[in-house]
Amino acid sequence: MNGPMMLDRRRVLAGSGALIVSFSLSSALAQQHDAPATAAPNPPGSLKTSPYLDAWIRIDANGAIEVFTGKAELGQGFKTAFQQIAAEELDVAFESLKVTTADTRLTANEGYTAGSNSMKDSGTAIQNAAAQVRALLIAEAARRLDQPEADLRTENGAVIAPDGKRLSYGELVAADMLHVQAQPSSKLKDPATFKLVGQPVPRVDIPAKVTGGAAYVQDMRLPGMVHARVVRPPSYGAQLTECDAAAVEKMPGVVKVVRDSNFLAVVAEKEIQSIKAMNALAAAAKWKETASLPKQDDLPNVLTGLPSQNTTIFERGDPAATGVKTIEAIYTRPYQAHGSIGPSCAVAQFIDGEMTVWTHTQGVYPDRQGIAEMLRLPPASVRLIHVEGSGCYGHNGADDAAADAALIARALPGRPVRVQWTREQEHAWEPFGPAMVTKLKASLDGNGRIVDWNFDVWSNTHSMRPGGAGSLLAAQHMTQPFAVPAPKPLPLPEGGGDRNAIPFYSFANARVVHHFIPAMPVRISAMRALGAYHNVFSIESFMDELAALAGADPVEFRLRHLDDRRGRDVIERAAQAFGWKADQKSAQDRGYGFAFARYKNLAAYCAIASEVEVNRETGRPRLVRAVAAVDSGQVVNPDGLVNQIEGAIVQSMSWTLYESVTFDDTRITSIDWQTYPILRFNAVPDSIEVHIINRPGQPFLGSGETGQGPAAASISNAIANATGKRLRNLQLTRKRIKEAIDA
Amino acid sequence: MMTLKVNGREHQVDAEADTPLLYVLRDDLKLNAAKFGCGLGQCGSCTVIVDGQAVLSCVTPMVLLEGKQVTTLEGLGTIAEPAPIQRAFMEEQAAQCGYCIPGMMMRAQALLQKNSKPTDEQIRAELEPHLCRCGTHMRILRAVHRAARLMDTADASTTAKGSAR
Repeated sequence: MNGPMMLDRRRVLAGSGALIVSFSLSSALAQQHDAPATAAPNPPGSLKTSPYLDAWIRIDANGAIEVFTGKAELGQGFKTAFQQIAAEELDVAFESLKVTTADTRLTANEGYTAGSNSMKDSGTAIQNAAAQVRALLIAEAARRLDQPEADLRTENGAVIAPDGKRLSYGELVAADMLHVQAQPSSKLKDPATFKLVGQPVPRVDIPAKVTGGAAYVQDMRLPGMVHARVVRPPSYGAQLTECDAAAVEKMPGVVKVVRDSNFLAVVAEKEIQSIKAMNALAAAAKWKETASLPKQDDLPNVLTGLPSQNTTIFERGDPAATGVKTIEAIYTRPYQAHGSIGPSCAVAQFIDGEMTVWTHTQGVYPDRQGIAEMLRLPPASVRLIHVEGSGCYGHNGADDAAADAALIARALPGRPVRVQWTREQEHAWEPFGPAMVTKLKASLDGNGRIVDWNFDVWSNTHSMRPGGAGSLLAAQHMTQPFAVPAPKPLPLPEGGGDRNAIPFYSFANARVVHHFIPAMPVRISAMRALGAYHNVFSIESFMDELAALAGADPVEFRLRHLDDRRGRDVIERAAQAFGWKADQKSAQDRGYGFAFARYKNLAAYCAIASEVEVNRETGRPRLVRAVAAVDSGQVVNPDGLVNQIEGAIVQSMSWTLYESVTFDDTRITSIDWQTYPILRFNAVPDSIEVHIINRPGQPFLGSGETGQGPAAASISNAIANATGKRLRNLQLTRKRIKEAIDA
Repeated sequence: MMTLKVNGREHQVDAEADTPLLYVLRDDLKLNAAKFGCGLGQCGSCTVIVDGQAVLSCVTPMVLLEGKQVTTLEGLGTIAEPAPIQRAFMEEQAAQCGYCIPGMMMRAQALLQKNSKPTDEQIRAELEPHLCRCGTHMRILRAVHRAARLMDTADASTTAKGSAR
């Protein structure tokens, strides 16, 4: 059935008021995903792109149920949340079904697991698919029992008739019954009847992880597997001029040295042999390097001095509103690293022209496309299977390690090849979170309201993910290299460098300009929250500067400019739970800070209040406590949501206080945890509280990246409150704080 | 060939004297819990217990392990019969990606064997060598406190039954 026909049919049905026996349209409880009457009706979430129900849910004759998601479990815990959703809508026990995650042979193509979109895309698809499958099973039971559907109910994997007759899902399901396209809407359960959704069900992956079970791609051991290490160039663009590998090839256990122009790797039977061989090979390799990196000390000027494509992304004018007091400020962010605790790893095997790669990539389909292009194989001959790795927080070395493994495995047909990156490789070669500059200028009227707001942001793109082979290091380094693809700004409303650049507050006059910088002097890509981290840090810091100018309390000042009810609710909840008072005075050398954002201006709401302690002698700051309130729509697993927000606050604190990638004119110099220090236990807060505002029946809004921006600004505002000095350049080191105190 | 005692069993392993313990555990003995994180002794992911002490296995060469008892997370308990520290981490849901967690658990276990009622400050100080990138720290601290309480209870019950893990 084509789109326009569906539109007509739907409009006719919706307008007729007649009783139509069609499960997709018959329920008063149907969750209408606010499709305007003129738009073609699409099924919700990722059902739009993968509409067949059996792409999501399969039931065999024994009643075994398997749920499929194209998203990758990265440690966020959504595998458990998806299982809750599916079990809830199917009316089966939580333990009775299995969730299979991203695999190019088995699951839908859901692109990347990114942008806090997994619950919205995949969770919504699974919820609706499960509800529609349940409806199909009821319809089949009604047919077989010759009873009206309305008289039947479902319970624990079976349809039950009023007389107690029970037909199990396994009995009911027929060959192609679920191979049907999803309807635009579903008869979803009333949230008031939920038994599993909304419960803190323990994560399914944790027991193996805390008992030494095989849980990560790093733990894979296939029969006949060999161990590979890559010898990366010492710097971007370095050319391998000389490498006598003869001695290395004779080392114990060495199976092969793989050289393909600037791609250099060694394979050995045992892992320790591959490490020793890698060290010997690195010593034998001579590289010609080019000094191509910008001056780190002058990074903001370097960035704003690069050619940029300037787009006014938001403009609102009210000539009647004019300001009486104006301030301006510049905020900066350095390059920052994902810094996964486990360096990237992948296993690949090439058999009879078919490549299989086990990888912790965030996007099995796009990475498959890149690897297939690199190997000049048809995509159908390449299979990528997601296996968990260490948490990634965006585009780290995962895709590159997968490409490394594939390129090496091609040279050793038949044998599974495990590639493990070193700590130094992960730190030096992962694509970093981009450096950014924001320039703000705003005016207050006589009543202390912001009437004019100007926001300029300079940034690279925030995604250089594959797609094409040119995004992969191995493909860049091989003979006949693939060129790095031209960077593109990510489109609004989600945006990239301009993510959350448009204020969520209501200002009479406002103008936001995105200065997109195509040139990328340092390798960058997506890092948790993309531009939202720095944009929210900037906006929410500047809101405090303006509140001070207006002589207003920061919380009241935010509410003064915010109409959105759900936004106001999280602000009020966080302030109340923190004990925020307009006339509060912190203890000596302590300060209070507050910040708020709605992630991407369209996803979850988050407000965070914090208390920070600053040592005036050393400048050292410490987050003492944080209180957050979050509204992520319908909550599926409250403990999972709390875990995400707690983690976001702690990680964002580490970025904000400690982290900056360092480099000289040629090489990245932050190459381990000594040279790229992050949070340690001595700086962990005394307490973090997360308060959830549940919205039963509302769409899932996701949560993974929601807290990054508000946490940074809340901490920064608390430091300003403690010291009386405003710091605008990330990271907020103790040296910078000390200098500000002494200035 | 060298003899290595791991989790109460003796293994004959073909390893050089300078091979770090981590690779023998993972590659020769096929144990998963000790993780490669840095190979530099900077992150704690590879931590195991050697004769009661928490040790960074990625920088501990085999030559130092002759005659010593190595304990890994696998040696403490199983999913079906978790040790108190494992139960505590499950009950507190103290993981996101979980990659750093086994190392954290082994150092906490070594601490709790020496000091059954550590203060919060002592736990924080003890875990200082360990990095967690997901920001699970608050839960890890709660899990160690919970493990201390569970071990107290377990001690009482196992003493009564006359057996100890």
